[in-house]
Amino acid sequence: MTRLSSVLRGAIMPVLVVIIWEILSRAGVFSAAFLPSPLAVAARWVQAMQPLQPFNPSESSYLVWLVSGEFPHDAAASLSRVLSGFAIGAGLALPLGLLMGTSQRIYTLMNPLVQILRPIPPIAYIPLAIVWFGLGNAPALFLIALGSFFPVLVNTIAGVRQVDSIYLRAARNLGASSMTIFRRVILPASSPFILAGARIGIGTAFIVVIVAEMIAVSDGLGYRILEAREYLWSDKIIAGMLTIGALGLLIDTFASRLNDYLLRWHRGIGT
Amino acid sequence: MVDTHISISHVGMVFRSSGGDVVALDDIQCDVPRGEFVCLLGPSGCGKSTLLNAIAGFARPTSGTITVDGRLISAPGPDRGMVFQEYALFPWMNVERNIAFGLDIKGIAADQKQAVVDRLLDKLGLSDFRDRFPRDLSGGMRQRVAIARVLALDPPLMLMDEPFGALDALTRRSLQTELLRIWTEDRKTIVFVTHSIEEAIYLADRIVVMTYRPGTIKRDLVVDLPRPRDPASPAFNDLKRDLAELVMAEQERSSDAERRAAAVD
Ligand SMILES: Nc1ncnc2c1ncn2[C@@H]1O[C@H](COP(=O)(O)OP(=O)(O)OP(=O)(O)O)[C@@H](O)[C@H]1O
Ligand SMILES: [Mg+2]
Repeated sequence: MTRLSSVLRGAIMPVLVVIIWEILSRAGVFSAAFLPSPLAVAARWVQAMQPLQPFNPSESSYLVWLVSGEFPHDAAASLSRVLSGFAIGAGLALPLGLLMGTSQRIYTLMNPLVQILRPIPPIAYIPLAIVWFGLGNAPALFLIALGSFFPVLVNTIAGVRQVDSIYLRAARNLGASSMTIFRRVILPASSPFILAGARIGIGTAFIVVIVAEMIAVSDGLGYRILEAREYLWSDKIIAGMLTIGALGLLIDTFASRLNDYLLRWHRGIGT
Repeated sequence: MVDTHISISHVGMVFRSSGGDVVALDDIQCDVPRGEFVCLLGPSGCGKSTLLNAIAGFARPTSGTITVDGRLISAPGPDRGMVFQEYALFPWMNVERNIAFGLDIKGIAADQKQAVVDRLLDKLGLSDFRDRFPRDLSGGMRQRVAIARVLALDPPLMLMDEPFGALDALTRRSLQTELLRIWTEDRKTIVFVTHSIEEAIYLADRIVVMTYRPGTIKRDLVVDLPRPRDPASPAFNDLKRDLAELVMAEQERSSDAERRAAAVD
């Protein structure tokens, strides 16, 4: 009951904003190109979500057909870029971070370079990415990988370095070798930090993918809203933006659930 | 002929620091027979943990030697199970996994491992908590798990650094009693660090009182009271009074030194 009422109370503001927006649009305060009415946006969204072809069982399965519309297709393209770019970035950052965290020598060697490169926003690499990789998926993946690389790296280093030495002593006392300690103590003990880094990394990847799609490729949600701008389809721009928001929320919810599950042993997370 | 388990010979430990060298241990000389329950007693900072860590193999003494079973100690090993005041349980493993950790490393077969774990869960009254993570356990339960984790490897020697220091009085007493029961059953050698005089008298065959900086042995005495010991008995209290005098003198030197150090800062 309280849950329902809090949901209802939470809905007051958004609903109010939409109503006022609709009223102002109908009163002709804004032109449709400047700010289309919420109903027009909704209609555009429904249209863009729908499959282009009628369902034909001989061509595809029902599920594939269901997500064959323009926005579902773009969302899938964006999502797969985020995931592959993130996999590349995190896949490189994790081993390097573990090395830098465990070995003081490698840390001293690598840290200045990391500190110089880290503050450069991935967006600033766009011109270079195009020079290096041309147009297409390659520069996009490069930028996304770069965007997720540093958050994962920095958190992994911090995570390994904060491992309480008492765990290392206990493990050594029980006969663990360095390899076992690394695998069964350092890795799990630093996992809260590493996962926090991964979550920031995937968030950054999501920002970068939208920008990258605006310059280098011809599908994905980022491309779609920029394309809509060329025709001054403001309703489609806003519908696309809302889809981006929903996808971001979906990714973050999933990451946060996974985090809670993996860290259910960890202090500070309710069971 | 005494069967010497631990032999500590002229052991010294000096920590070099910016504020000058700290002589944590100086010429410690002590043999522990197999199966003995020894308590190291002394005020904070007198070097109890340093000595225990040296026996465990975490830190090499700067002078002298420590042998266990005649072998020179140079690294930590599972033959010297350590129980820490901070429990040091792995928070990402549940009770069962924590207890099995040492057995995993030894590569014991799964069914055999399970048998050992089950026996220890039962022995320490942990059976209902086997799936819990450490954060969901009370301090007393955590320390039981830590003891079980060490016992799983059945080490001939157990090193305990103020294991019950963070527990409330009742839990503390019940764990002391349980430890004595385990010790009576297995007759492991136990070196137990404490700064509680009563705890030392309640538990130990022998109490080694240490001095503060440099850490040396001030008194090495045998507790000749029948078990279970009654803390209210006159003999218990006589011994307590004697030890209190010894420890208080060191305690004062310790707090004087700390005040001086604070004044310098
Ligand atoms: N790594 C170190 N570097 C410098 N000094 C140290 C180090 N470890 C211990 N000491 C010093 O050596 C002395 C003995 O320390 P130790 O921890 O063994 O004392 P303790 O008897 O266990 O005290 P407590 O009851 O507080 O645990 C202390 O004065 C401490 O400041
Ligand atoms: Mg200590």
